[in-house]
Amino acid sequence: MRSSAFFILSMLVLAAAPFIADNYVVRLCTFLCMYAALALSWNFIGGYAGYPSFATAGFFGLGAYAGALTQNLGLWLPLPWLFATVVVALFAAGLGFAILRMKGHYFAIGSISIVEILRLLASSWAQLTGGGDGLNVRILPGGPDYAGRVFLYSMMAVMIAAFITMLCVDRSRLGFGLRCIKQNEDAADMIGIDVTSYKTAAFTLSAMYCGTIGAIYASWVAYIDPSDAFSILLTLKVPVMTLLGGPGTVYGPILGAWVFVLLEEMIWAKFLEYNRAILGAVIVLLIFALPGGLLRMQWRRKWPSSVFGLPGLNRLKESR
Amino acid sequence: MNAQPILEVKGLSRAFGGVKAVNDVSFALHRGEIVGLIGPNGAGKTTLVNLITGVVPPSSGSVLFDGQDVTYQRPWQAARRGLARTFQIVQPFPEMTVLENVAAGALFAGRAANRADAEAQALEHLAFVGLAQDAHRPAAALPLPGRKRLELAKSLAMRPKVLLLDEVNAGLNSGEVDQALDLMRRIAAQGITILIIEHLMKVVLTLSQRVLVLHQGRLISSGDPASVVQDPQVVEAYLGSKFAERQRRMTANG
Repeated sequence: MRSSAFFILSMLVLAAAPFIADNYVVRLCTFLCMYAALALSWNFIGGYAGYPSFATAGFFGLGAYAGALTQNLGLWLPLPWLFATVVVALFAAGLGFAILRMKGHYFAIGSISIVEILRLLASSWAQLTGGGDGLNVRILPGGPDYAGRVFLYSMMAVMIAAFITMLCVDRSRLGFGLRCIKQNEDAADMIGIDVTSYKTAAFTLSAMYCGTIGAIYASWVAYIDPSDAFSILLTLKVPVMTLLGGPGTVYGPILGAWVFVLLEEMIWAKFLEYNRAILGAVIVLLIFALPGGLLRMQWRRKWPSSVFGLPGLNRLKESR
Repeated sequence: MNAQPILEVKGLSRAFGGVKAVNDVSFALHRGEIVGLIGPNGAGKTTLVNLITGVVPPSSGSVLFDGQDVTYQRPWQAARRGLARTFQIVQPFPEMTVLENVAAGALFAGRAANRADAEAQALEHLAFVGLAQDAHRPAAALPLPGRKRLELAKSLAMRPKVLLLDEVNAGLNSGEVDQALDLMRRIAAQGITILIIEHLMKVVLTLSQRVLVLHQGRLISSGDPASVVQDPQVVEAYLGSKFAERQRRMTANG
């Protein structure tokens, strides 16, 4: 109850941002919505099904290019975004069937290669994508204040859509089945769960909103190039956000994304030279100290064992 | 009794490299029967169960379930058809509660309409195996006998027509085995066809109407329990040829 009240309150604050704050804050709020939507998406495959996917940037970039190219054809604005969503969803459904046969580290490496392959494709197919020169996207007319509002509310809409989808999945057969798959895939198969279809559904759900977000991002920044659209940093950041907040929970990804973006913003502003190193150290500390994410934090546990003990060992102790 | 067997295995073989783990095995289970499958370690018992439930595909041969060819089914299809199994090494969903574990079986393979229905059914099955008081504990917190019972409850929640019990009694003490025996009798009384894969002769001999003996992948003997244990081939497989010879002489001399 408290988390849903907090969620609604924070949505109202985000929605009010353009009326009470300057464009820097609006831009930051847009990023908060964008990363929360990406982290929620990752939660379907990484949090529920337990498959460590690093394909986020692949879907994001594919969506960005699909959206930008159709928008430059002159399509009315939400249409390129919808088109990108469909393209990415179909792409993931077809790909998932093949790649989800791999497990654990193999799956992680396989999924990260999707990002690389798509990036190479985007930079080589210069006729279509502009190659390394990048692609200019038509700028939304109406001035920066108007555009800021449009993109904030669009990102927010996708975040809310992803959140509602997550709530539905969490309570459905699909969510229950995915949780079974995460804990013991062979046993899940044995009790009648069609694991291939379930995993493909989770992979597709994890991809489609990334496609929408990518397309909105392309319209927002009005210029994309292969290394920005298919950024390895993005593909690593998003899983970390979900793990930070609490994988397999409905509020965890949002909380994790917000804490991460705000931390990044503060550290980026204060320590220009060491920002990445400090951020890295903070991430390592958080992951080790909070193996279940912020939402599963156990206040009663003594600090020394959780900070200095290996999370794997803690888990062993619990299972005994 | 319906004349058509509920489960029929015809010439089933599976080779792993040069090893024929299961070699040309044929048998049939009739509705409501309790059949024991015995054999020394490495005889191919678990591989046979894996072939029947689709975990590994056979090299040759076929499996018929209720008259339908199901040779190349996937395990989840087997489960939905009514072919449930337990694992020799128990396979719970460790972070879920005992109740959720059983509810999963009811929801995905059984006849539960939704989560609430599945949990209601799960409670009945837990009461049946005597785990009702542990319903809300995490599955990982159960001791071994409890986990074996959980495995049984999960299989029962799938509403199986045929239940393959792969060493449900391994690792239990004799008191716990007696309880398990009682449980298996009550399951059979529900009309579920049971194939018991077991090391413990006591379990097989008291429960089974018929016993199949597997040795080095081949079915070497079958029949009622009393005659199977007298079969020289079976004695040889378990105790070696010297002992079998001595026993033959002893029976000949009266």
